[in-house]
Amino acid sequence: MSNKITIKKGLDIRLVGKAENTLHEAGLAEVYAVCPDDYKGITPKMLVAEGEHVLAGDAIFFDKANPEVLFSSPVSGTVKAIVRGEKRKIMAVEITPDAQQEHRRIEGINPGSMNAQDVKDLLLKVGFWPMIIQRPFGIIASTAATPRDIFISALDTAPLAADIDFTLQGQTENLNAGISLLKKLTSGKVYLSTAVGSKLSEGIKDAECYEFAGKHPAGNVGTQIAKINPIAKGDVVWTVAPHHVAMIGNLVRTGEVNFEKIVAVAGSAIESPRYQRIISGAKVGSFVKSNIKTDVKARIISGNPLTGSRTCEEGYIGFYDNMVCALPEGDKYELFGWIAPRFKKFSMSRSYFSWLQCGKKYDLDTNLNGGVRTFVLNDIYNKVMPMDIYPVYLIKAILAGDIDKMENLGIYEVIEEDIALCEFICPSKIEWQSILRDGINQMIKEL
Amino acid sequence: MDLRKLVDNIKPSFEEGGKFSALHSTFDAFETFLFVPKTVTTRGSHIRDVMDIKRTMSVVIIALLPALLFGMFNIGYQHSMATGANETILGNFWFGFLHMLPLIIVSYVTGLAIEFASAQIRHHEVNEGFLVTGLLIPMIMPIDVPLWMLAIATAFAVILGKEVFGGTGMNIFNPALLARAFIFFSYPTKISGDKVWTYGLDGGLTPVDGFSGATPLSIAPNAMANGTTVDWSCLPVMDWFYGFIPGSIGETSTLAILIGAAILIFTGIASWKVMVSVFAGGFVMGSLLNLIDANTYMQMPAYYHLLIGGFAFGAVFMATDPVTGAQTETGKWIYGAIIGIMAVLIRVFNAGYPEGMMLAILFANAIAPIIDYYVVQANISRRQKRVKCSTK
Repeated sequence: MSNKITIKKGLDIRLVGKAENTLHEAGLAEVYAVCPDDYKGITPKMLVAEGEHVLAGDAIFFDKANPEVLFSSPVSGTVKAIVRGEKRKIMAVEITPDAQQEHRRIEGINPGSMNAQDVKDLLLKVGFWPMIIQRPFGIIASTAATPRDIFISALDTAPLAADIDFTLQGQTENLNAGISLLKKLTSGKVYLSTAVGSKLSEGIKDAECYEFAGKHPAGNVGTQIAKINPIAKGDVVWTVAPHHVAMIGNLVRTGEVNFEKIVAVAGSAIESPRYQRIISGAKVGSFVKSNIKTDVKARIISGNPLTGSRTCEEGYIGFYDNMVCALPEGDKYELFGWIAPRFKKFSMSRSYFSWLQCGKKYDLDTNLNGGVRTFVLNDIYNKVMPMDIYPVYLIKAILAGDIDKMENLGIYEVIEEDIALCEFICPSKIEWQSILRDGINQMIKEL
Repeated sequence: MDLRKLVDNIKPSFEEGGKFSALHSTFDAFETFLFVPKTVTTRGSHIRDVMDIKRTMSVVIIALLPALLFGMFNIGYQHSMATGANETILGNFWFGFLHMLPLIIVSYVTGLAIEFASAQIRHHEVNEGFLVTGLLIPMIMPIDVPLWMLAIATAFAVILGKEVFGGTGMNIFNPALLARAFIFFSYPTKISGDKVWTYGLDGGLTPVDGFSGATPLSIAPNAMANGTTVDWSCLPVMDWFYGFIPGSIGETSTLAILIGAAILIFTGIASWKVMVSVFAGGFVMGSLLNLIDANTYMQMPAYYHLLIGGFAFGAVFMATDPVTGAQTETGKWIYGAIIGIMAVLIRVFNAGYPEGMMLAILFANAIAPIIDYYVVQANISRRQKRVKCSTK
């Protein structure tokens, strides 16, 4: 039995270059990295030195504030360099992989006899704990907490998003085992959301399954939480990405620490958009370089075009990301663009004529498409916000630094991805996501 | 000639330290008018909707065009009626165009000069909001309004109505209506009565017999003042709908305004909820007064209220201002209804203000934040209730 929820408020942005359902084995990259900036709000303390040999699953650094939270190497190899930025901040720990990969093995995992503490210890030990994200705030879960519920979204509705049914092919048993293990961490339920008709929920024992349909952000876990059982002040819920649940499940079933995942390589600046099997932390160039169109100046993004982070061929795929996309840079002037019909450009409003082409896919670039202004069209954002939140009021409370109001207006319920559409449609070109993160940081400081 | 190269060549002299750096905002406004800048996204979403404030404002201007063009024709048409001249449609339009143009120019020049100057002082980009305000102001004026008065009213509206609050997006009252209110209270004879609505009538033109220049708004008050009755069934209601009547330049043709409304609703720029609730509020209030039936004005069929005066124009172009109106979906219904109800109430009960729409919208602008406050408070209560439920 499955529960179906349809999201009506939202916006599907159909872009050219969605990955086709073909899988390529990327092979080993020349270098992998663990980047502390992938994780929100941690201060890394090194556990290894340059030149040391590590296995996949061996700890590389820990978080200064929570020393039990370890971050481990995704591959076996030699620590090549600890790259530091300004003020000696650690930017990346680079690892040259061994030709023959060796995984750390945990013997004698018996999920039946484990309690919550055993599960925590296991996940902490192998560096899987950072996979668990806590709401409010979208940060790594506190090891001391017991979450009200755990939410897993096995569908992604963002533009160019990976088809989770494809990336988790053959992983049903791992998914099932991962969910059963996570179930031990919560006093409440584990919720698994899938697309309508997805096979991923078949045979899942320990989760309550929901099917989500409708427009983006139907696939965002934040939307799903809001529809299934919204977060109230004082609640803590956890979310885990489905490919991470499968990694946890694989650990339970085989005892092997394996960071392999299938990612989508998509976007209009990609020659042949497709799926690639890689290991977490791989150098982006290693699996997209030969696939980028040479005649466009491309921006490479780890993650989707709405929320991803900017990277380059020399960068590394984000720890949480299951896609890399490349879009043309929009650093070109457009004569009288704002008055032209602009058939090729996309707008939620019908003020350009692109609405004439129903179902057409768009080739969007990274141009800001206008200048930054104050809020003028204050009422359009509700159209893309399926949660019971007034986004403009929340953002204004953050800009005013009013902690009480932020709390009252629902800052516990949202992270960047939940308001990314507001930023996308914003005619005043206001940077919603970074304002929200500033607000969340203020809240964390305050609590 | 490569326009872009030309712009790039002169750009440095307008930048910080350049010869004309005091005109930086002005240059920027013209440059972005010509070219969408090549700015790319740096943080957050990498792709953006092509909608920006320039486009928003230009769609509103397009929506205003039917009413503007008809208004121009009607200036000529009313003048021909008054003089008894037999003009062609084109002749009437041309007459109206020539007499409307100075009003538009004065409004834009005054307002934009202030906008450019304040953008420069604040080191901001020039906001496009005035492009709409600058056209709205002459459209809600009588054709005979003196140009100097229009300039002062525009300056008042832009400086005290908008810039002191921080510019477009920060204002409390609709600036165009403030300009009208300024003239209404400072020079009442120039914006009320029977004579100002037809070009030349106020300046001594003697109309032909039978032409009064009175607007439909004054039918009931005049009848009540003279102690006569009105036969409401034999009035040229379709003329009111098409707009062949004296009145403020842009407001007479309900038909042209509805075309504008369709454009605004279709493009998704203005809220249909506000428009519907303003009309509904006015109609319900008019019907209630029909039931009370205490004087001649109360006997006027309720839907007449929606056709006469600035009701339709206010509902479509003024009440829907996203900055000064209610911003929550529930709030919009309440806000719109208040405007409709108040407009009719003021018309019928206060003989001193023959047109209630302007005051009704300004009043609703003032209370819109309170309406929104309660709607948002309800959202907060729902959220707090969840806390109580989950701690039980």
